[in-house]
Amino acid sequence: MADFDTPVLKPYPVIPPIEIGSMAHSKPYVAKPDIQGKIGFPGELIDNWQQVAIDKMGELVDNSRALRVFLDSCVKCGACTDKCHYYLGTSDPKNMPVARQDLFRSVYRRYYTAAGKYFPGLVGARDLDQDVLDEWYSYFHQCSQCRRCSVYCPYGIDTAEISMAAREIMDTVGVGQKYCNEIIGKAQTIGNNLGLPQPALLNTLEGLEEDIEDETGVTVRLPLDQHGADILLVTPSADFFAEPHVDGLIGYAKVFHQAGLSWTISSHASEAANFGMFIGSYDNMQVLAQRIREAALELGVKRIVFGECGHAWRVAYNFLNTLAGPFDFLDPNYPMPQHICEVTYDLLQRNALRMDKSANDDKVLTFHDSCNVARASRMGNFEGGQFVIPREVIKASCNHYYDMPSDAIQEATFCCGGGGGLLTDDLIELRVKGSLPRMEALKQAVDDHGVTHMAAICAICKSQFSKILPYYGMEMDQIVSVHQLVSDAIQLGGDH
Amino acid sequence: MSLLTIAFTLLFYFAALVLIIGLGLRIRLYAKTPAPLRIPTTPAPLTTAGVVGRMFFEVTLFRSLFKANKWIWIFGWLFHAALLLVLLRHLRYFTDPVWSWVALMQPLGAYAAFVMIAGLAGLWARRFLVDRVRYISSPSDHLMLALLIAIGLSGLGMKYVAATDIVAVKAFFLGLMYFDWQPIPGDPLLMLHLVLVAVLMIIFPFSKLLHAPGMFFAPTRTQPDNAREKRHLPTRAATRQAS
Ligand code: HEM
Ligand code: SF4
Ligand code: SF4
Repeated sequence: MADFDTPVLKPYPVIPPIEIGSMAHSKPYVAKPDIQGKIGFPGELIDNWQQVAIDKMGELVDNSRALRVFLDSCVKCGACTDKCHYYLGTSDPKNMPVARQDLFRSVYRRYYTAAGKYFPGLVGARDLDQDVLDEWYSYFHQCSQCRRCSVYCPYGIDTAEISMAAREIMDTVGVGQKYCNEIIGKAQTIGNNLGLPQPALLNTLEGLEEDIEDETGVTVRLPLDQHGADILLVTPSADFFAEPHVDGLIGYAKVFHQAGLSWTISSHASEAANFGMFIGSYDNMQVLAQRIREAALELGVKRIVFGECGHAWRVAYNFLNTLAGPFDFLDPNYPMPQHICEVTYDLLQRNALRMDKSANDDKVLTFHDSCNVARASRMGNFEGGQFVIPREVIKASCNHYYDMPSDAIQEATFCCGGGGGLLTDDLIELRVKGSLPRMEALKQAVDDHGVTHMAAICAICKSQFSKILPYYGMEMDQIVSVHQLVSDAIQLGGDH
Repeated sequence: MSLLTIAFTLLFYFAALVLIIGLGLRIRLYAKTPAPLRIPTTPAPLTTAGVVGRMFFEVTLFRSLFKANKWIWIFGWLFHAALLLVLLRHLRYFTDPVWSWVALMQPLGAYAAFVMIAGLAGLWARRFLVDRVRYISSPSDHLMLALLIAIGLSGLGMKYVAATDIVAVKAFFLGLMYFDWQPIPGDPLLMLHLVLVAVLMIIFPFSKLLHAPGMFFAPTRTQPDNAREKRHLPTRAATRQAS
């Protein structure tokens, strides 16, 4: 398949010994000048880049308590060293969270701390030169910003924050990552990551309506730009055509239909994903967030509901209100925003949906907690609701459900290997190796419980698993959308 | 007053000033630095009271570290708990009359010194034995452990090997506190112990020892999870508009 070996699945997790430099060659494609220019960054490495980068670092630290405290606090205890899936899958010590932070911290110390100015060797401080920049480009694109390290660090140090800052500094001096920055540009001008214009979107949705009608005999609408609808659904654009995402979208439509809710998709904000977060760019994140506000105002909706997407839910749940709020024009009786799983869960609680679990009897299911839902947001009105609610929705849709081992789910969940803006073919080796811990946990559930399918609530996770499951000898369609299960089990028509 | 006494008097005033002012400025900086977005590591408590509870277990029991790694936890927790006892035991040099609970805990404090050194030794051993931890250790990480162990050993040395005149030591420190300077005994072990302690105080605000105040400011742990209920106000204005 490619010029690297897929790791062997071991019967139990093993912490590998370090192999220095084993992933130093991994680098995503660099963004071309036109891509950079579109989203407000220099086209290529600028002349006085060192000084600009150092100044930018100072500016970022001055404006982020997290960065400031994290850069000072690490005691090098080593608790995080075996927590990153990229370290576990690649053995490269620079993929240990603390070592990744140190790529940044070493430069920060050199220019911004007394210890690093006067005793650089003692505290591991380094000048920012081309080698350091190359190392940054490589290893800050080997972090999926999954926050697993921050769960275990005694001070809650979140390497994701540092990766985001590093990427923003690199963008500021003209070194951007093609995959992320190209997508941000498309979402900002066209409205979604795929660059689907309104007519194409309309076409797709109509096609889906026909498919549903052919299959079930019931007319289920997927409205676009419908003024006066109650609910604006913002969903990752992969839901419009990718497998198994689109089956999830059909599931949302059936839920809305069956509950009698009026809803619409917007072509102006036809994207839940917000890749601005991955590159640490507040400004770019805000531009995308504003589009959602604009769409909600324009269409006159009362509620905003998000489809299945991990980082999108983080941005929506935690940041949207700050970036584009206040949303006081929406109905205050509903959370702003709401997750589609919350909507379905509430309806199930009220017995408002009829489910035939046996529709999924051909499957034995497990659930992959997506990082950004598990460790960076919540569902429901109680702590840990993000673990309970999707599982309850799944269990309401099938008869056979088992969890993976406890050190690989909920807050301890492992990244799919493709999050954080790394879901690109130029990083396929990293993606395959980084999914090792998840694949081992899945294998365990397969062996112990006969699990056949894994459900997920994230567009990136779904695409990543479709791609890498075959590397590990499994089938690409073993990954399913949570609302795909709902879609299969929900009974349409009748009284509601 | 002997030159020695003058030197130590000045050294301790200097060290105390650096520690207090340095830490104060750093803490002020932490408090003043804006937190632009809500970033609690979830699941997180929904209320501020819940956050206080979360932090209580982090500070007293190192709860996250416990989840992460039992070896680091056992050595690290023993070291810190023992350090606390040792520090409390030292209050007898700064209070007159000695508070009764400080007097009562003296024997405990003496054992704590051994535990502290054992904990430090365990942490240091990991820096050599575990390849991952060896890889992330800088010279300063080794020196910090060496410094703390040296402080502990020189302290124990005065208790079990070459006793010093602790009545005079106490007079010296009370003198520092009340600006009524007293001579310091010239024992080599005491000199060593005190110089090392002064070094520790001076480097505190410039080193990773900032983890102690820092952990109270980490947004990942100290923010409640209530972004939907309460709008986290932006610290920055919108800069660009969507096209
Ligand atoms: C609020 C008070 C404090 C808390 C909650 C705290 C917590 C921790 C934790 C959780 C660790 C990581 C585990 C370990 O390696 O032990 C650590 C490491 C460390 N702490 Fe503290 N600490 C505090 C105060 C102090 C003070 C006052 C000192 C020294 C005078 C200190 C010295 C150290 C050192 C040297 C390490 C690194 C040990 C190593 O090299 O592995 N701590 N601390
Ligand atoms: S955030 Fe995730 S990917 Fe990044 S260093 Fe931490 S554990 Fe690894
Ligand atoms: S767990 Fe936290 S303090 Fe310990 S080495 Fe990792 S980042 Fe540093």
